[in-house]
Amino acid sequence: MSDTIGLSVLRGVIHRDLRLAMRRKSDVLTPLFFFAIVVSLFPLGIGSERDTLRQIAPGILWVAALLASMLSLDRLFEQDYADGTLEQMALSPAPLGMLVLGKVVAYWLLTGLPLTLLAPLLALQFDLATPSLLVLAASLAIGTPVLSFIGAIGASLTLGLRGGSVLVALLVLPLYVPVLIFGAGSVDAAAVGLGATAHLSLLGAVLVLTAFFAPWATTVALRIALE
Amino acid sequence: MLQAINLDCVRGERRLFHNLSFQLKAGECLLVHGENGSGKTSLLRMLVGLTPTATGAVHWQGSPIKKLGDEYRRELLYCGHPLGLKDALSATENLISSMELNDESVTQDVVHEALRQAGLQGREHLSVRALSQGQKRRVNLARLLLQKRALWVLDEPLTALDTQASLWVVGLIDQHLSNGGIAVLTTHQDLTLTGTTHVIRVGI
Repeated sequence: MSDTIGLSVLRGVIHRDLRLAMRRKSDVLTPLFFFAIVVSLFPLGIGSERDTLRQIAPGILWVAALLASMLSLDRLFEQDYADGTLEQMALSPAPLGMLVLGKVVAYWLLTGLPLTLLAPLLALQFDLATPSLLVLAASLAIGTPVLSFIGAIGASLTLGLRGGSVLVALLVLPLYVPVLIFGAGSVDAAAVGLGATAHLSLLGAVLVLTAFFAPWATTVALRIALE
Repeated sequence: MLQAINLDCVRGERRLFHNLSFQLKAGECLLVHGENGSGKTSLLRMLVGLTPTATGAVHWQGSPIKKLGDEYRRELLYCGHPLGLKDALSATENLISSMELNDESVTQDVVHEALRQAGLQGREHLSVRALSQGQKRRVNLARLLLQKRALWVLDEPLTALDTQASLWVVGLIDQHLSNGGIAVLTTHQDLTLTGTTHVIRVGI
């Protein structure tokens, strides 16, 4: 009963989800391994032509990050739905939107953040210059939260459906396209010396927009799923 | 005061109940009887606001619950069929996080005391996965001791409980009613409560 907007609830959800993830580490590690493996396979398959590698690096890293962050998306609400905690959340006096926000933040901390930290390291295989590495990390730091927010909408819309994970991909991937274009574009721009500020600002704007609207849309979809 | 006015429930082609109305004042209890699949859980989900009512309305203290929103949810405790417990967490952690999600804070000692009363002394730190069905149910029902709510909506609270635990739950409900609370519950067992008890039977 401490505050009306539910900041303590937000902390509670994040805390709970992180603790649950620590009890099931394999769920957290799978997307990271997937990301590392996919990214590492490209230099092996293409060969050691540095110019080619440098050229394709931003696209490959971003596409791999995008797929990796989608890998465990269908589990975002699935378990809470099955064991009844989602029901309890919907009946909590705290706003459901705040609880959803907490879940998305926790999800990002477990997928987006590690991917962001891992990406510059993996990018070394592509012989990217240091400024490009920094831009890559920055673009992922801004872009992956967007992926988590949009992903939450997809996950809530397909909650309780058979074959939900395929459907999530179909629903969500088209919405990821702008993030991919601006994210990979920023690294490209930095590589040719154009400066990445414009791309990163656009990504930032998309983040603000989704952070505002996605929890609301997710909440509506969750309430329908619980009916 | 909890009021249900002309509730209808249609699932697919089947009409489960029609024009169902009742009124519960402070200290009163409603027992919902009915066969499996007769719409007991559907009724309870309507009462708590999870399922919107197609026709009719549910009123709490004279206002529709849809309008009251979180004000109503602050007065409400719902124990549904899925127990709302995380297998990977211990009983204590489950209850503490459940309280946090309800925007209430609780100390570990209070939770331990509630678990002791639920007959789970010595199992506070065991992960819920290791507990039996009945013990899980006891953890779930320990919330009755922790959350101070005026309206209890319990969906078959006695499932999987042994005789002793059933008596404990009935005692808790009695105490709740004598404190001026309201309870709505479904059960297949015979219950004797000391407070005023209304019985309705759903299903045609």
